[in-house]
Amino acid sequence: LKLQSTFKVHTPEGMPEFTGPNDFTEVTVDQIKRFHTDMVRIRRMETKASQMYTQKKIRGFCHLYIGQEAVCVGMESSLTFKDAIITAYRDHAWHLTRGGTITEVIAEMQGKAAGCSKGKGGSMHMYKAANNFYGGNGIVGAQCPVGAGIAFGLAYEDPKAPKGVCLSLYGDGAANQGQLFEAMNMASLWKLPVIFVCENNQFAMGTSVKRGSAQQVFYKRSDYIPGLWVDGMDVLACREGMRYAKEWCMAGNGPVCMEMQTYRYMGHSMSDPGTSYRTRDEVQKVKEERDCISKLSSRLIAEGISTEAELKTVEKETNKEVDKEIAAVEALPPTPFEEIGRDIFDVPITVRACDHTIVYGQ
Amino acid sequence: VNITVREALNKAMDMEMERDPKVFIMGEEVGEYNGAYKITKGLHDKYGPRRVVDTPITEAGFAGLAVGAALVGLRPICEFMTFNFSMQAIDHVVNSAAKGRYMSGGQLQCPVVFRGPNGMAAGVGAQHSQCFAAWYSSVPGLKVISPWNAEDCLGLLRAAIRDANPVVFLENELLYGETFVMDESFLKPEWELPIGKCKIEREGTDITIVSHSRGVGFSLQAAKELEAAGISAEVINLRTIRPLDRESIVKSVMKTGKLLAVEEGWYQSGVAAEIIASVSESEAFDFLDAPMERICGADVPMPYAQHLEVACVPSVQDIIRVAKRVCGKL
Repeated sequence: LKLQSTFKVHTPEGMPEFTGPNDFTEVTVDQIKRFHTDMVRIRRMETKASQMYTQKKIRGFCHLYIGQEAVCVGMESSLTFKDAIITAYRDHAWHLTRGGTITEVIAEMQGKAAGCSKGKGGSMHMYKAANNFYGGNGIVGAQCPVGAGIAFGLAYEDPKAPKGVCLSLYGDGAANQGQLFEAMNMASLWKLPVIFVCENNQFAMGTSVKRGSAQQVFYKRSDYIPGLWVDGMDVLACREGMRYAKEWCMAGNGPVCMEMQTYRYMGHSMSDPGTSYRTRDEVQKVKEERDCISKLSSRLIAEGISTEAELKTVEKETNKEVDKEIAAVEALPPTPFEEIGRDIFDVPITVRACDHTIVYGQ
Repeated sequence: VNITVREALNKAMDMEMERDPKVFIMGEEVGEYNGAYKITKGLHDKYGPRRVVDTPITEAGFAGLAVGAALVGLRPICEFMTFNFSMQAIDHVVNSAAKGRYMSGGQLQCPVVFRGPNGMAAGVGAQHSQCFAAWYSSVPGLKVISPWNAEDCLGLLRAAIRDANPVVFLENELLYGETFVMDESFLKPEWELPIGKCKIEREGTDITIVSHSRGVGFSLQAAKELEAAGISAEVINLRTIRPLDRESIVKSVMKTGKLLAVEEGWYQSGVAAEIIASVSESEAFDFLDAPMERICGADVPMPYAQHLEVACVPSVQDIIRVAKRVCGKL
């Protein structure tokens, strides 16, 4: 299919071969339908999470992905689980696309043993190490050099044929953390197969990109690393951009910087109504004109792949399935108290409770 | 007057900014957003963006910048959205701010205040729920304050801003909304509390309970219940962790003969450990009638699930039980 959005490419001096992705993407009918279902599924899960937060079934911080679904669904479609991913605290959707289940995500936020981190991590700390998903990180920007380290590991045995690439994801706010630039320098020096992905959702909490970044062209943030700007509301562009960047990295050429232009509909977290630093009209306009699910739906209809009625049915069925799975989580048992003392070291140890005569573990 | 901890902190900064034009605030979301926890509410409107400065998310950068501004004579209040994020900038707190005066043989002066919420929070997991009092209080050249109530916050933050040395001011998010009664005279422009002095919040004769921040409130509640069990507890609010008011603690232990130290930080190399060691080394040692004890945060990263979290944070019941044990009444 021909893409409906265009890329912007930053080709550093001396790297003429970084020409950018195709203006089309290869995708099967089943795949493209799956993209639609996956995005609907994520949105429904996040919407339910928001409701459960209001009902106090989820506590603490809770950062939702609504609006940004095309980024993870599109990018993942060009990756395998041999490729690695590390992200910040807006991680629920990435956990799903990395092969996690809705049960694992919701159970984690409800503090249950069935949660992906046994209820000990919470909303910000979801991992799926078996599928190379390294979380789920709470300190803004700190995951970026860790991602470079994962890439270092992937290329350790054979730099010319790394085991995979690592996506080191961060937001437009974290883009200003110094350690990102330190990581980029090392990644470039050592030609690491890391793709620095800025999910530019326009706001670092309540600070718009214009107020937080002197240079807002994030894909050009490192002049010596090739850069790629992608319409992050277009799932097919996310797919094709990712395919090209991965190909470049896997050939041993070193890192790529990607900027995914996207938008979050909700506040920064559940404690932020998300209305004091932008207008309701602005959010509404994005929903009407650029929404990733509506956009793909229109495309599916225009290409004759699906009818409007079919898509409505899919949405209804998907929502029903999600609701059913979430409802079943409520009945699962809470994390047992023994877990307090487990997973501190590789072997279980005895640890002191607040009163040192009481111990946890073993 | 009734005043919340949040209002007291806000008031302290407002009054100091009014008094001294060299005082300014910087940090993430402190200005237009009115603070992530609304501690700086209204100050941007009142003092404008040159004195209430919104920074990008660049802790190492803006902490270093605050140190520089202090070196040339300004009085920066550097807000960390939480002290968990101060770990990104700890080099500047420890190496740039704390040691400058000493390394320069007294030529440099760094009157900066690093402040923000520290310690336990609710349901935010291991990376956002920990106490840094022990970390910072081990550093020569820093003053470290850990207030409990509104009076502490107002009096000590004002003193911190006026202090000629770098101060780490450790607030607690869970206390921000709590209301306390405070003497109206404390709102006078010249009033402040002395840094380095603790306060005996409650007098007693049987056991000394020393704590800081949230632990003070828990200890006072426990003391009330201990009274019913025939134990008269003296509760000391540390207020300042460094320099530590060892004299007051020693004096109290010489009176009661027993000590219980309560903190939310971890056991090893902790504030409670320092208090117990200090008493061991003092003349109060010979006055002890029982082994000294401590209550700390459980020795694990903070788990997310509520029931596990509750089991890892010191509670009033923990204090009552251990105090009775120390007094031989369990």
